Amino acid sequence: MCLAIPGRVVEIFQENGLIMGHVDYSGTVNKICLEYVPEIEVGQYTVVHAGFALSVLDEEEARQSFAAWQELVQAVAAQGTDIFGNPLEK
Amino acid sequence: MKFVDEYRDPALAGQLLAEIRQTVTRPWVIMEICGGHTHAIMKNGLDQLLPAQLELVHGPGCPVCVTPVETIDRAVAIAARPEVIFTSFGDMLRVPGSASSLFMAKSTGADVRMVYSPLEAVALARQHPEREVVFFAVGFETTAPGNGMALLQAKREGLTNFSLLASHVLVPPAIRALLSSPTNRVQGYLAPGHVCTVMGWQEYESLAEEFRVPIVPTGFEPVDILAGLLMALRQLEAGRYVVENQYGRSVSREGNRAAQRVMAEVFTVRDRAWRGIGVLPASGLVIRDDLAGYDAERKFAVESIRVRESELCQSGSVLQGLIKPDGCPAFGRECTPEHPLGATMVSGEGACAAYYRYHRTSHA
Repeated sequence: MCLAIPGRVVEIFQENGLIMGHVDYSGTVNKICLEYVPEIEVGQYTVVHAGFALSVLDEEEARQSFAAWQELVQAVAAQGTDIFGNPLEK
Repeated sequence: MKFVDEYRDPALAGQLLAEIRQTVTRPWVIMEICGGHTHAIMKNGLDQLLPAQLELVHGPGCPVCVTPVETIDRAVAIAARPEVIFTSFGDMLRVPGSASSLFMAKSTGADVRMVYSPLEAVALARQHPEREVVFFAVGFETTAPGNGMALLQAKREGLTNFSLLASHVLVPPAIRALLSSPTNRVQGYLAPGHVCTVMGWQEYESLAEEFRVPIVPTGFEPVDILAGLLMALRQLEAGRYVVENQYGRSVSREGNRAAQRVMAEVFTVRDRAWRGIGVLPASGLVIRDDLAGYDAERKFAVESIRVRESELCQSGSVLQGLIKPDGCPAFGRECTPEHPLGATMVSGEGACAAYYRYHRTSHA
C-alpha cells in the first residue's frame, strides 16, 4: 500500500472534472489521478500511491545528491581516513 | 535519469556500506518505521551487510498490520449486506478479523471487489446507483489524500450511494508513543519517505529536538536506505539530533500542500486504537461530522462492533520493536503467511511476513 515506484507521465487528460494521466512503469501503463501534481508535464517522473500521484521527482536535486555522495566517498578514500579520522579498511 | 537503476548501483551501495562501517564506533539502535523500508532492507539483504553494532528494529509502519480487529469485523459486517459492493485495496482482503476476513466473506457470497484506486470505487457508485458502494479507506498519510479526494469527487457528482469505511493512521503520534515508552531502545529513525512526501517534515522537528533523536526521511531503494542510515549514524556519532532529508527528490519541508488541504477538508484527528499496541492519542483520522453521510461506520451503524485481541499473537511487541518476528514462539510454526495468526504475517508489508519470506532469523 505504501510502496511506490517512480513512473513517467506519458499523457495528461481530463476525466469527470479531474486531471488524470497515463503513467508508464517500464512498459506497464496505468491511469493515475494527477490532481495533487497539477504542474506535472509529460515526460516527468512521479511517485504514485493507490492511484494518485503525490510528487514530481526533482531531477536536479537527484543529480546533486549523487554528486555529493560520489564526492564524499572519493574525498574519504583520498584521505585514507573516515570523517572521524579513523583509518579506512584496506 | 530513471530514478530507479541509479539507486540500485552496487558500487555506490558498497561505498556507502564501507562508509557506515567506518563511521560506527559503538552500538546504536535505529528504527525504520515504514513497512516499505522493512521489506526493502530484507529483500536486498541490507540487514546482513551492516556492522553488528548497528541494530535495525522494525516499526509499526504497516497500516494493514495496525488496523484493529474490530475494524475488520465492521468491514465484514458491511460487506455481508446484500445491497453493498465492498471495495478495498488487495492487501486488506486476507487480514483476519475475529471470525472472518473479507476474502472469506467473498467466498460466502458477499460482493467484495479489489480496486487499485478509490476513484474506481467512485466509478462503481456511478455505474450502480441501485447499490451502496463502500471503500475501505486504510493507510497512513500516503493514502489519505487519494481517499479524501474520492469522497469529495462523489460529493461533487451528487453520489449518495458512496461511503468510506475510514481507518487512517498518522506516523508522528506513533513515533511519539514509541519514544515515550519506558521500554524504548530506539535512538534514531528513518522516517517514511512517502508519508513525508505528503506531509513534509515539520511535524518531525519537535520530535527530534524533544527526544534527542535524529530523524531522516528516506527513500526506498537500497542506496537511499544506506544513505539514510549513514546520515542518522553520523548524527548519533556526533551528538546531533535534527531532521535531515535523504529523499530530496520527492520530499520537501512543507510537503504537498494540496494533499494536506484535502485531508483537512475531509478528515479530523482522533485518538485511535492500533492493533497489537493499544490506543494512541491523536493518531487517527476520522471523517468530519459535516460529511457524515459519506461515513460507512455511521451509515451502516457498525460502531458498536467491538472485539478483543487474540492473546496468542505477539505482533504488538513486534510492531513496537521490542522483539524481532522470530522472537515470537508461533513464528513459522502456528503462524505462517498461509495461516497467519496476526496482521504482521498477513500483510505484504508486515515485518513477520518479511522475515518469513526472506528466511531471516535475527540470530542467524
